[in-house]
Amino acid sequence: MQTTNFRNYNLSFKERILLLDFQLFFLILLLGVISFFAMYSTERGNFEYYTQSHIYRFFIFFLIFIILSFLNINFWLKFAYVLYFIILLLLVGVDFFGITASGSKRWISLFVFNLQPSELMKISLIIFLARYYYKITTDDVSKIKHTIIPLFALFIPFALIITQPDLGTAVLVLAGGLAVVWLSGFKIKYFMFFFATLMCLMPVAISFLKPYQKLRILTFLNPERDPLGAGYQIIQSKIAIGSGGITGKGYLNGSQSYLDYLPEKHTDFIFTLFSEEFGFLGSTLLLIIYALIIYRIIKIGSECKNNFGKLYCYGFATSFFIYVAVNMMMVLGLLPIVGAPLPIMSYGGSSMLSIMIAFSIVMSCKIHGSSRDL
Amino acid sequence: MLNISEAFQSKSKLINRRMFLLSTLKVVVFFGIISRLFYLQISENIKYKSLSDKNRLREWKVPPKRGVILDFFGNKIASNTQVYQLHMIPEDVPNLDEFFFKLSKLITFGESEKRRLLKRLKKRKPWEPIIVSENLSWSEFSKLNLFLHEVQGIKPVVAVARKYISDGSSAHLIGYVSEISRKDLEKSKLLREINVPGLKTGKNGLEKYLNSKIIGQPGLQRFEVNAYGKRIKELKFIQGKSGENFRTTLDTEVQQFVSKQLENRSGSVCVMDIYTGDIIAMVSSPTFDPNKFVYGISQKEWDLLIEDKKKPLINKSVSGLYPPGSTIKPIVALSALENDVVSTKKIVRCTGSMELYGQKYHCWKEKGHGYMSMRSAIKQSCDIYFYEVARRLGIDRLSVTAKNFGLGKKVFDLFIEERSGIVPDTKWKLNNIGRGWVLGETLISGIGQGYFQSTPMQLCLMMAQLANGGYEIKPRIIDDKYAVQPTINAWREKFNEINNNIDLSSSNLKKLYRNKENIKFVLDALYGATNEPMGTSYRSRLTKPEYIYAGKTGTSQIRRITAEERELNLKQKDLPYERRDHALFTAFAPYKYPRYAISIVIEHGGSGSSGAAPIAKKVIKKVLDRHKIRQKLQLDLFQEA
Repeated sequence: MQTTNFRNYNLSFKERILLLDFQLFFLILLLGVISFFAMYSTERGNFEYYTQSHIYRFFIFFLIFIILSFLNINFWLKFAYVLYFIILLLLVGVDFFGITASGSKRWISLFVFNLQPSELMKISLIIFLARYYYKITTDDVSKIKHTIIPLFALFIPFALIITQPDLGTAVLVLAGGLAVVWLSGFKIKYFMFFFATLMCLMPVAISFLKPYQKLRILTFLNPERDPLGAGYQIIQSKIAIGSGGITGKGYLNGSQSYLDYLPEKHTDFIFTLFSEEFGFLGSTLLLIIYALIIYRIIKIGSECKNNFGKLYCYGFATSFFIYVAVNMMMVLGLLPIVGAPLPIMSYGGSSMLSIMIAFSIVMSCKIHGSSRDL
Repeated sequence: MLNISEAFQSKSKLINRRMFLLSTLKVVVFFGIISRLFYLQISENIKYKSLSDKNRLREWKVPPKRGVILDFFGNKIASNTQVYQLHMIPEDVPNLDEFFFKLSKLITFGESEKRRLLKRLKKRKPWEPIIVSENLSWSEFSKLNLFLHEVQGIKPVVAVARKYISDGSSAHLIGYVSEISRKDLEKSKLLREINVPGLKTGKNGLEKYLNSKIIGQPGLQRFEVNAYGKRIKELKFIQGKSGENFRTTLDTEVQQFVSKQLENRSGSVCVMDIYTGDIIAMVSSPTFDPNKFVYGISQKEWDLLIEDKKKPLINKSVSGLYPPGSTIKPIVALSALENDVVSTKKIVRCTGSMELYGQKYHCWKEKGHGYMSMRSAIKQSCDIYFYEVARRLGIDRLSVTAKNFGLGKKVFDLFIEERSGIVPDTKWKLNNIGRGWVLGETLISGIGQGYFQSTPMQLCLMMAQLANGGYEIKPRIIDDKYAVQPTINAWREKFNEINNNIDLSSSNLKKLYRNKENIKFVLDALYGATNEPMGTSYRSRLTKPEYIYAGKTGTSQIRRITAEERELNLKQKDLPYERRDHALFTAFAPYKYPRYAISIVIEHGGSGSSGAAPIAKKVIKKVLDRHKIRQKLQLDLFQEA
């Protein structure tokens, strides 16, 4: 039965370009440019390693994004399972050949660059689940035979990532996956059961946490308990953001980051730096750009006539939202500090690559999913 | 087909519905984030701004320069010198063991230093900088600066340190500074306000007395620092105020000369200008090197000082108490004459001892002096004569005169360690001992024994006030022009007119005598004691006319001599050190136109004439040699005033 596949429109290249979502296109570009300036500021206004490689990466990945955008959405549909298993294999590979840095094994060396498979898993899990659920009818979704595969698909990568250990990414991967499960119509009742069980398992889970992870949670609950140790990051981050005021301290004038009080300013805390220098107005503007991107993705999803595209776009939009929200809430002291980069803004190749690929699939939905074949 | 299509459509609707729910949640969360941003950046902005500034700005107090203490001629007695130090901020040091290891590679930092530092660290707050090494060599200091980035929490500092004349000649008088202790902080509000690491406070002597004026006001440096405490740029600098400088009346050369004379002896020498009360020298022996206290003396050296029987840390000039012995005889004679108890013609026969109520009282000369007049009794220091004079005079009248001339009360108000001594009278005994006065005690008081206790400085003042013709003077060490103004006014003109013969009778200084002739008589008797054969200090006289001086010896017993010992006729030399008598000597010089008074106490030095007078002879010569240069300067200063 061919109904599961999209109709293969033979669109000309010109048509495809015209079908691109230019709003999303420019929003991503805008975010990229903002990230260059932010990165430049982390290096105190010197055009050095981080800024340079961040810019190179952005343009290379942006090019990949454009190229992949023209791929037919059918490709991703067919390729969904394979992609998932390849990345799962890489995740297992990390366990054996991974590179250890700052106490955790997250990267795998691909000679040219180091890849973080867990970042790619964020996207491939969404594709996998979208592929799995798109043809299952609403009534069947909650049946047991249809919950076994997603359950494994969710928890195998989760378990692999959490043992790296990388609690932040693991939770983000799981959250993205669960979003797709939710969207596919999984009964709310079962979700309730699921979360209830999770709550009951919490104490057990806590006993499995590494000491530093426990410390982070305790620190989140009360940063002042160890202001120079575990609580240092969050206290300094709040000071940086709070001292920014309405309009900020001005570009390249963030004393907290300039004087090295701010930790991890290239990666997880880049929003802090941005917020310190551009204040409430700048931060809100950045937040609006992210909101617009999410809006555009949802919009594309809603216009998508097939359920794979819809599920994928909504799933990715939700995941993207979660990445942004978790990162911001983390630096604002609303969530414990877990490793969660801010999409596009943070320094980090794998994260940016996976986000760009995800965008390209969204674009592909826009180009090829405008009608459905039944 | 239709069925399937419917199923898909209904699924599509479900997905949209669920997405709508999620989107609502997203909007809520985004608004949550914005309101959090609002709270942090707008509502709490001031709080976080000040926290950011607290991070960013660090202020350093800069220890002020301590004022310099000079002698009369402008020579530095206590001054400042530059030293290289290493400070650390305990809370900035992540690992102490690692820190010590790295440090030991850079500077001499052994186990004992480590232990001492750890001990001090326990008493300190972790954010208070603490001095690790106070006196680094230049090579160590430059090495530290080179490897600064490798050792966290350290701060090389170029500091100013106190420096004293290291022979210790003025150690007791000047005192010393040392690290501010918790006790100092509790006591002094000023120190609490201006405390800076590395700031020293005066612990005793003049350093303590002058502390509040000499210490100065600390400066302030405000820096922008990075997270590792590295100074990025200086934003503000407020210059501190260095402490006041003080000029003293001392003569360093005399101080050092005297100190040398007292070497290996335990005792004190005081020299005073009899008109101005200026202290020319005030030396206590044995002494110590005050520089060692500046950076905390080592336990071993401290124990040595504390356990020394000669008590090097005590300023004997003002806190050593000795029975004045025979040096009080001029006062006894004067008191008797002033009260018309006896006349100068009074003759007493000395047979070596006398009896009173069955108690035998001995003269120092066993065979007796024979018939003694008052002059010869002072000259030869006959005890029997003064027993008789004292018996007639009575203790209360004697004590009034003695107090008038400066005994029994503090000479200065400079030293916390100064003691006032005792001038006994009937009331005093009743109040302090609780028993009535007995006549025998009057007798031995007449030769300066018994309850009498005085400091060498009091004896010097007593002699000075006799020698200046019986006028009250206020001794001083700090050359404060304003404080001395009344004195200067009193006799400036005289001083300028007739350089050598100063008569204070027309000044407004308080007269201590009733009849001028009595003073003259006593001074003449003292001349005899030194310059006539049979005089007790005849062997130590100076013969050159300009050096001729007059003085009174004293030998103060520190315990009763028993009858058996008297039988054995023990020589002082044969006694163990602790049981030997103290040797005393008081004098004024030159005799003809007196300018200086001197008192000498040598603990366990034997008799005054053999133990103290020979030293006086050398010191007097030195002081008189320095007189011209001193007087010239003095005249210049009076002109200014």
